[in-house]
Amino acid sequence: MYVAVKGGERAIDNAHAWLAEERRGDPAVADLSLAQIREQLALAVNRVMAEGSLYDPDLAALAIKQSRGDLIEAIFLIRAYRTTLPRLGASRPVETAQMAVIRRISATFKDLPGGQVLGPTFDYTHRLLDFKLAADGEVLPAATAPADMADVPHVTGFLNRDGLIEQQPTGNAVPPDLTREPMELPADRALRLQAITRGDEGFILSMAYSTQRGYGRTHAFVGELRIGTVAVEMDIPELGFAVNIGEVELTECETVNQFKGSKTEPPQFTRGYGLVFGQTERKAIAMSLVDRSLRWAELGEDYTGAPAQDEEFVLMHADNVQATGFLEHIKLPHYVDFQSELELVRRLRAEVFAAQEAAE
Amino acid sequence: MNSIALQGGFTDAAVQSAHAFRASLEAMARPGTLQTVAGATPPAPLSAAAGALLLTLCDGTTPVHLAGAHDCAAVRDWITFHCGAPLVCAEDASFALGSWAALQPVNRFAIGLPDYPDRAATLIVEMDQLEPQGARLTGPGIAAEARLSLPETAAFRANRALFPLGFDCFFTCDNRVAGLPRSTIVEDC
Amino acid sequence: MTAQAPLQTPRQIWIGLLARAKPQRLAELFPDLPPHELLRAPEIGAVMVRGRIGGSGQPFNLGEMTVTRCALRLASGAVGHGHVQGRDKDHARRAAVLDALMQGDQADALRASVLEVLQAEETARRATRAAKAAATRVEFFTMVRGEDQ
Repeated sequence: MYVAVKGGERAIDNAHAWLAEERRGDPAVADLSLAQIREQLALAVNRVMAEGSLYDPDLAALAIKQSRGDLIEAIFLIRAYRTTLPRLGASRPVETAQMAVIRRISATFKDLPGGQVLGPTFDYTHRLLDFKLAADGEVLPAATAPADMADVPHVTGFLNRDGLIEQQPTGNAVPPDLTREPMELPADRALRLQAITRGDEGFILSMAYSTQRGYGRTHAFVGELRIGTVAVEMDIPELGFAVNIGEVELTECETVNQFKGSKTEPPQFTRGYGLVFGQTERKAIAMSLVDRSLRWAELGEDYTGAPAQDEEFVLMHADNVQATGFLEHIKLPHYVDFQSELELVRRLRAEVFAAQEAAE
Repeated sequence: MNSIALQGGFTDAAVQSAHAFRASLEAMARPGTLQTVAGATPPAPLSAAAGALLLTLCDGTTPVHLAGAHDCAAVRDWITFHCGAPLVCAEDASFALGSWAALQPVNRFAIGLPDYPDRAATLIVEMDQLEPQGARLTGPGIAAEARLSLPETAAFRANRALFPLGFDCFFTCDNRVAGLPRSTIVEDC
Repeated sequence: MTAQAPLQTPRQIWIGLLARAKPQRLAELFPDLPPHELLRAPEIGAVMVRGRIGGSGQPFNLGEMTVTRCALRLASGAVGHGHVQGRDKDHARRAAVLDALMQGDQADALRASVLEVLQAEETARRATRAAKAAATRVEFFTMVRGEDQ
């Protein structure tokens, strides 16, 4: 229960003023520009866009600055802002097969058409702190090599040709949108993917990890992980045709999972899918594992009671703005609730003491 | 798309839609009162009031049904350009637009679900005349009683009987609008 | 790449190019706007970006992106539309003006002074990214093992 509490306005104003000063930090240190955040903390910007569910690097940079680097607070700011925007429409589904890839790797096939492209990855760094960055490090331009700009085919397509992987139902059904209609369970796969792609990276990571440790094991390999930009196209009614309205950077992960077959399906590989705004590969891999885990029912697998198989558990706890809102609200005034608890405890104690006295 | 369809929207959307929203709110909160809405110059046969309501209340997530003479190319294109609302059959509509005769039978329209009474249609009924006289209105938002020149009363009594389900109505004429929510009790007099 | 997919009409190509242009660069190339009447004042909104399950299956909602749009009419009567990524109202207005002008007799001049410049810069930007990516392509060396001999 919430109680209107008057007073404290001056304290709140002063707290906000101090917050602004603390946010700025030591004025002898140069102010951080949004362009610096956007360019140099790009992966934080990407996370805020993915979980804020709004692709706009400048806004995400502003949110990170305003929140003093608290990314969940920044995500909250982006979610609040997006509610003020009119929805102009929906894009055509982006074609990740036509992605301009900067990274593309497969853990299942060594020699695949298009090749293994590492891109700007942390993978082979030694995780040793680089003290050159503490000084003003000059950066040498990256090496280049002749490139063909051809589309890079999806790895799972090769398995698909041989019938070794499950068929993907295709179509153009309008997907459910949890930002417009409250999420209702059971959710179809489209709704689950929307919830997971905007879900908390830490939560999705832990859910995925739990499947690897045996809580709903899915035997996943990364069939393909790719990062790059795709064009966004939208149909414009007044023009009568679709136009390109911009491009977004995405990370896509397709897992190939072992599957022994069921009553209706022969033994074959199955799929998990992850697609996330920005360069966010930990999230994309985790998403594809959790997606695959939640598909147990449609694939006729056993429900083992694993958390990552429990749609209600995963989908209702994945959103960090919801979670932090409910968690943090318990610090706000609950004076009347607590007063009633206090009275209850006093009464129960009095009854116990009275009973003891009567017994003696 | 015809260039006529591209004209006649709000020129200052933030301010004009806020005023129109306030007027529609007043109309629904005080059934039977006449409010003025302005800012839209839609193509015939849309009234200025109905045009302003559409610009204010409709977007890509509110399917609109056009009934009778209102289901014409000029109105379709105008709504598509300015609101982006999908045009649908009566059963799927969040908003329905037309004369009272064209909207019949009104039991086609969504009345909401017990869990979600808000998933009901709102009818925008274009009127030749709209005056504070005629049927007697009582109920929430009305101090004693109000009068409104409704096209009939039986349909609104039947709708009231569905409460908390039922459709809601706006009546529009020129630049005037009146509201009749499902909660209002309508009687002949 | 998709942006230059052969199925696109010339108008689709220039609208896409104007949408993807950096607002500041577009303003440098085409600073002065001719008189025009706004049919839809520049408006910031969100577009829901969709993906496909598994890359090729049923659509799902991935998340929104900011988009600004504008529609206007020149004195000549030509109508232009702009839909551009981001929140820059001048960008949307400038894109709409150019869309309208490209339908008239200035098209050839503007193609040379604006569109071809944007196209060349975009192509160069993409080629640089692709060339850096190509330099990180892995070349595997097959290890010769005893039993293979």
